[in-house]
Order: sequence, then structure tokens, then C-alpha cells
Amino acid sequence: MATQHSRSAARLMMAPAVVLLLGWMLVPLIMTLYFSFKKYLPLRGGDLGWVGFDNYVRFVTSSAFWPSVLATLAIVGGVLVITVVFGVLLAILLNQPMWGQGIVRILVIAPFFVMPTVSALVWKNMFMDPVNGLFAHLWKFFGAQPVEWLSQASLQSIVMIVSWQWLPFATLILLTAIQSLDSEQLEAAEMDGASPLKRFAYITLPHLSRAITVVVLIQTIFLLAIFAEIFVTTQGSFGTRTLTYLIYQRVLESQNVGLGSAGGVYAIILANIVAIFLMRIVGKNLDA
Amino acid sequence: MSLKNSLLTATALAAVTAGGAFAETTVTIATVNNGDMIRMQGLTDEFTAANPDIKLEWVTLEENVLRQRVTQDIAAKGGQFDVMTIGTYEVPIWGSQGWLVSLNDMPEEWDADDLLPAIRGGLTVDGELYAAPFYGESSMVMYRTDLMEKAGLEMPAAPTWDFIKQAAAAMTDKDNEIYGICLRGKAGWGENMAFLTAMSNSFGARWFDENWQPELNGEEWTATVNYYMDLMNNYGPPGASTNGFNENLSLFQQGKCGMWIDATVAASFVTNPNDSTVADKVGFALAPDNGLGKRGNWLWAWSLAIPAGSDATDAAKKFVAWATSKDYTALVASKEGWANVPPGTRTSLYENPEYQSAAPFAEMTLGSINAADPTNPSVKPVPYTGVQFVAIPEFAGIATQVGQEISAALAGQQSVAEALEKAQALAADEMEAAGY
Amino acid sequence: MARAVTQQRKIINTVLAWGVGLLIFFPILWTILTSFKTEAQAISDPPVFLFFDWTLENYAVVQERSDYMRYLWNSVIIAGGSTVLGIIVAVPAAWSMAFVPSTRTKDILLWMLSTKMLPAVGVLYPIYLIFIKLGLLDSRTGLVIVLMLMNLPIIVWMLYTYFREIPGEILEAARMDGATLKEEILYVLTPMAVPGIASTLLLNFILAWNEAFWTLNLTAAKAAPLTAFIASYSSPEGLFYAKLSAASTMAIAPILILGWFSQKQLVSGLTFGAVK
Repeated sequence: MATQHSRSAARLMMAPAVVLLLGWMLVPLIMTLYFSFKKYLPLRGGDLGWVGFDNYVRFVTSSAFWPSVLATLAIVGGVLVITVVFGVLLAILLNQPMWGQGIVRILVIAPFFVMPTVSALVWKNMFMDPVNGLFAHLWKFFGAQPVEWLSQASLQSIVMIVSWQWLPFATLILLTAIQSLDSEQLEAAEMDGASPLKRFAYITLPHLSRAITVVVLIQTIFLLAIFAEIFVTTQGSFGTRTLTYLIYQRVLESQNVGLGSAGGVYAIILANIVAIFLMRIVGKNLDA
Repeated sequence: MSLKNSLLTATALAAVTAGGAFAETTVTIATVNNGDMIRMQGLTDEFTAANPDIKLEWVTLEENVLRQRVTQDIAAKGGQFDVMTIGTYEVPIWGSQGWLVSLNDMPEEWDADDLLPAIRGGLTVDGELYAAPFYGESSMVMYRTDLMEKAGLEMPAAPTWDFIKQAAAAMTDKDNEIYGICLRGKAGWGENMAFLTAMSNSFGARWFDENWQPELNGEEWTATVNYYMDLMNNYGPPGASTNGFNENLSLFQQGKCGMWIDATVAASFVTNPNDSTVADKVGFALAPDNGLGKRGNWLWAWSLAIPAGSDATDAAKKFVAWATSKDYTALVASKEGWANVPPGTRTSLYENPEYQSAAPFAEMTLGSINAADPTNPSVKPVPYTGVQFVAIPEFAGIATQVGQEISAALAGQQSVAEALEKAQALAADEMEAAGY
Repeated sequence: MARAVTQQRKIINTVLAWGVGLLIFFPILWTILTSFKTEAQAISDPPVFLFFDWTLENYAVVQERSDYMRYLWNSVIIAGGSTVLGIIVAVPAAWSMAFVPSTRTKDILLWMLSTKMLPAVGVLYPIYLIFIKLGLLDSRTGLVIVLMLMNLPIIVWMLYTYFREIPGEILEAARMDGATLKEEILYVLTPMAVPGIASTLLLNFILAWNEAFWTLNLTAAKAAPLTAFIASYSSPEGLFYAKLSAASTMAIAPILILGWFSQKQLVSGLTFGAVK
């Protein structure tokens, strides 16, 4: 079907997007690589010469490095598990016959529209504040000692805030997928006496696997980069310093561009390891 | 005066209608969202009425975001701002880099000699004044006179740490949600570390020895942090590890703190009957000492500086002169009352009888500011300047991370010794990376 | 009997779904409610839910301090501009991937997605320097370009999955009738892909609207959007929950309303090819 002519036309049409993205990737990447081999301290006069792999060694041997990788993985993993599990349950629930389905759907997707900064501010001040937060009032009402969310359960709190923001996205994609499920197949299974759990495990879940793949892939890309939620709530204390946040501290708080750039290169490597891992496990589900 | 103003306005209008022959200069001001700056922004019209050829653009940001934005911009020479609101930490560093416009040629009537010597000294590098102080502060003890009386104690004008501990123990009544002492616990170089660094000075500690080797796991720092932990764990409010200035202010205003050691500017908030339930029961004292000759109070001034790359230096200078002048103080006093004028920058303010009667905390504020010595902050000799900070570019990064370790210790996630070991290691690491 | 059971189930579903829906929505509702309280009521103990003296004072204060419309307009231009520009660049690319696939199509697509993994903080300094050189700091143009590039991979991917669902025969037929490539895209493909394009537009508009790193770091006064507006209300001296809530409500209201009105379009197209 595709002629030689249309092939070259296709290449031509792909060119703008590919060239732009290549530029967007390569220019900063090359500059990051360049800086990462330099001693570059803007507050001490800028470029202080080449230092080889010093920045790389220093970044990775700092005591903050491995905890930050773990914190990143814990947040990404935690949010993925929560949004996928609750997303599936919510999608099934919203697919049932009920009154006011449209309004409920609006309520459920609303958090997706809220700016990360705003949602972090609202959660931190109005819900998780140990004195004036709504949770503290609720705890006190039941006679319990209010939880100091952002210090005692810091990682969990951040996972909760981020999950709240991304649950709508997961639910929407899973809901669209579930709506395309052949209801006759389910009814036939019901006739045959398959229990609801069996029907879910053998029909619904396999049908959703592609949608789950998409949710996991897209969310991972965004979650690896979360920043505002941590900046607003804990500023990286109490074990919530992710790799992204650590780089921020190096580049902006310590004004060490060389060291931060080396961290950036590590972050790219980590992102790619995660990506390859994802592709291996779920990539076959995705025929793109 | 008003005739002159209206003449000016008329000229400006004529110029604008004539097709902009009269060029308007835009001054972009980056500032922090504190109450005094918001008020300044609200008074913009007064300035532009007198200077119709200058247009003011405001970029008002939360403190952390502001600091990140202006530092990034000045380091990369982005030239985004004509006036930057910065503190006594940034001014010496940026000034010595030649990144700021010298303000030595400010007009006569601005009266540089009227500035408080401690504040002026903090903003001067090699004889050049690089920023104009907008408001200045130190730290002091604010305490509840009623609770102190109930405890049968009397606060001396210059208490010791031991007295503070004794008073905190006597005032604490956890069943009624009254905590003897509220201190900063939230991590950050300008949060818990500002307090702790100032406190450590009175314990004889220092950040670095004369060869720039950190001393965080040394005896003095250990004593400081242990004392702090002892106070906070036994007599402090719950959730103290996330309490910053705001949180403590609100606790104190709600009557939940017996004592609070923090910025002198808080005095006008806690004595304001509109916001504070304890407005008429607050006393003030100098920050505590430990008998070593240094007190645990800091020195800070939010100041207006002009970056060297600005394309509107003259207009920016005009604005800075206006916002930090005696006339501005009088303007705020006429609109909002003397208690609300930006404090801590000028001698004349503290000699003003109207201010003295409107601000019962004036004398203690002035005393605290004068008691701070940025060039000689600790008992032992140090290679740096700065009371609650070390004026080197690396400090903000290091101290924030150290603050996070101490905050984690306060939350019970590690011991003081562990926190200080980690702090020492990371400080040594960063100093080495910076080439000390 | 069977009807009764379904009816009962429907009631249970309704109650359950509404309960969950309201729970998820509650933080937003609480923010909106708090924005109408006085500062004292906002932190009162116990909290007041509905029965307080409703006031618009907070909105007045916020508006007096910051020119809301200017921030709003910048947000609209930046989010809208970057989305439209992104679609213009992405449509031809997605078209060629969908209809003239090669063995490398999948690799190219995944590579495009991987460009999104470059951590923004790590490249702030280089980008800042480039922006200074090009004079793009604090300009809407600069932000439109950056946000377009950020979202381009997602746009290409979404469009690609829609285009793939369009049967190739229709294009063949159009070609037989002598349609040029341009006509084919403009008159045959685009109309069929409108739902997909609409939901791509919406999703990316939302993503660009909420982007808070570049929009904050590359702007000062002229091009600052609502993300900068909110940064001037977070953590001031003292607790101002009501004013913070008012500013938050103002920052999210436009996109919330847009999202609600267009949720049908958004939902119908938000599949990323996950549905067979």
C-alpha cells in the first residue's frame, strides 16, 4: 500500500516533530553533560575548570544519594499501586447502573484539574496541619492524638496527595476500557455460574491489562518528575527527598551546577532503567 | 507640594497624550509576601503619583520561591529584576561579587547616617552600602506575663538558658494545651537553623574553625542541640518538627505557648488585639545567654538592592530611596498607625515618642538589634561573618540539609548524635566540593 | 423478583458511588467553602461547615493585591498557544506513523516519550542561559515553546492512537479520487479524528495550565501565569487559610469549569489506544 512516494512524504511530515524533540532532548542534554564535567559554581564566579568524573563520584557517594533513589521508587511505586487498584475498583463501580452517573463522574475527575502546587498547599495546611487541620479535628473528635502527618508519616502523606491527583486519570482510562467490555461475555459467564470474583479475574482484568499498561507508563513518566508536592510540603525532610529534589538542592540551594548536572545525568539513567523495566514487563501489552 | 504634584501629573499626562515623547521607565520589583511588603505594594500609587515617569511592576513571591528566583537570575545574569528584596545573608556575598549597585550616592535627605549601625554594617562591603534596609529584626523572648506570674517567677530583662528551662517547666500544663516554650523546628537554613545557629553562639559553638573545618559534631554543638531537644521534647508543643515562624505565631496568639523565642517583628503581631487572644499579656526579654558573653539572638534585615545589570538603575534608586525613607515610615504611620511601620532600620524611629508609646516592644527590639555582632558572632574566633548564618554561598545549601537532620531528630527518627554526625559529614563534603 | 434485585443494586451502587465521589471531591469543596469564611472562622475549632457568615472579602483582598485577570490571561495564552502549536506539529507526525508505519515507528514513539523523563530541575541552568541569549525570559513566546516541547510526546502519542483506528480504506478511496496528501489530511482525516483531537487539546491544555516549574522559573512580571499568582499567597507571615483558599479557588476555577463542561469530549478520547 505504501508507495515510495508516500514513504518519503511520511518522513518529511514526521521531521518537524522529530527534529524539535531531538533538539529539546539534545541541547539541554549536551549542556548538562558539559556542566557535569566542570566545577561550575555560579556564586563563585561560574566556570572553574574541568574536573573529570569528580561530580559523578561526589554525587553518588553522598549519603543522600541512595535514600533519594529509594524515596523516588517508593513514591512512584506507592502511587502506581494505589491509583491502579482504586482506579479499577472505581471504574467498575462507575460502570454500574446508578442515578446521577454524570455528576459522580465529574466529582471523581475534579482533582485532576487542580494545580499540584494548590493541591499540596490545601492538603498541607487545611487537612494535615497537626493543630488546625481537618484531620486533627477529626482525630480529636474521636479522642485520638492528632497525627503529625508530614513528619511522622511523611512519605505516606506525599503518596496520598499525589495519588489523589492521579486517581482520576487512572479511573478515566480504565472506565473507558471497561465500557468497551462485551457485556454478553460477562452475562454468559454469569449464566454458567461463574462467581463475580471469577468473572473479574478471568474476563474483566485481562480485558483491562492494556489500559493498566497505559496508566502505568504515563503516570511513571509524570511521577518521576514530581517536585511541587515535595517543595510545598516537606522541602525534602523526613525521608521525602527524591532524586529530583536532591538535584534541586544541589543546583539551586547549594548553587553547584556541576554537581547538580551530574545528578541530572543519574536521573536520566534511572528513568531509562525504569522505562526499560516497564517495557520488558508490560511492553508486550502495548502494540505501539 | 500638592501643586508641584499636580503640575507633575499634568506634565506627564500631556507627555503621554503627545505620543509618549516622555518615556516611561518600568521598574520590576521582586519581593517577599510578608505583611510589610504587601503594605508597600499597596502604597505604590503614592510613589507613582510623585514619579509619573516610573512604572512599578511587582513580582511578589513566597520566601523560598523568591530566593530561588532572584539567586538564579543574578547568578546567570538574567536581568529580570531592577529591585530585589534580599537579606543580610545575600548582600555581602553578592556585593563582593560586584553584582549589586552601590548605594553610597543616595540623596542627602535619605540620611544614611540615621541607619542603625548593626544593620548598616551588615549591608556594607568594603565601605560600599549595597542594599537599603526595609525592615530589620533580631530575636528575643516573648512570654506570657500572666503565666509567669502564676508560676511564681519573674522574667529578668536578660535571662539565662537555665532560667528559660526552669520557667518552661513551671508554665507547662499539657492537659490545658499550654506548652512552656515554642521554638522553630521546621527544617531550613532560615527556619530552625537560624534559631539554632544563634543559640549555638551563646553555647560557644561555631560552624567552622579558622581553617573552615566544620565543628558540627563538636562538644558545643552537641550541647546546644541536646539542650534544644530537652526543651522541645519536655515542654514544647506537639508536631514541633514542622513548626516554623507562622505556626508558632499562631500557637502563641491562641494562647498555647508560655514563651516563644523568635523574630522581634512578631512583637507587633502578638500584641495586636485583632489577631491575638493574649495581646495584653505579653512581656519581652533579651534572648538568653549561657554566661559566655554571647546571647542567642540573631540579626536580619530584609533589604532592597539593585542588581548591577539593571537597565533602570536611576529609577530603581528613586524607588529604593522612597521605600526606605523616613517619609515612607511617616506615610505608613499616617495610614495604618505607628505600631505598623516597618521597624528596626533607623535610629530616628526609636527616638520618636509617638512610636515609643505605640510600640511597647520598641526598646527591647532596639536592644536586641544592638546586642548582635555579625563580625564577631561567637565566643571563639571564626573566619566568617553573620550571626545566624555564615556569609558564604554554600551555607544555605549546607544548613538546610543540616536542619533536615535535626528536624528528623526532633521528630524522633534518629538520635542527636546521629543527626550531628550526618550533619558534620555532609558539611565537610560540601565544603570540600566548594574548594575549601 | 429480578427487577427488585436490580433496583436494590442500583440503590446500593448509587449510594456507594456518591459517597466515594463526594469523598474525592471534598478537598476542593472545602477549599471553596473556606474561601468564603473570615480568617477566624477558617481556623475555628470545631470547624464550621456551612453555617458561617459568608463573605466575599477574601476575594476582594486578593484582587486588590494582584491583578488576577493579567495572570489568567497569561495562563490562557501560554496553555492555549502551546497546545495548538503542539497539535500543528504533531498531526503530520502522527499521521505518518499511523498510515505509513515502518519498523522503527514503535522505537521512535517510545524515544519521544523518553524525552519527557529528562528532569526539569537538572536542565534549568542550561535552559535559563539559552533563554537569556535568545531574549525569551519572561515572555509568553518562550513559555509557549517550552511547554509545547514538553507535551509534544504525549500529543503525538494520543493522536497516533486515534489515527490508527481510522480504517485505511477510506484514505485509499480518497486517494483514488485524486485527493492530494494535504487534502487527505485536511478533509478526510481531520474530520474523522475530531473527537480525538478535541480530547488531546483538552488534556494538554490542562497539563500546560498546571505546569508549575518552568512557568515559575522563566517568568517575572510580564508573562507570569496563575502558578506564579499562587506562589505569592503560599506561606506568608501568619496563617491566612481563607485568603489562601480564595487565591486557590481563583487559580483552579477556570480549568475546573472548562473540564466539567468538556468532560464528555475528554473522556471519550482519553484512551491512549488502550481500548481495542
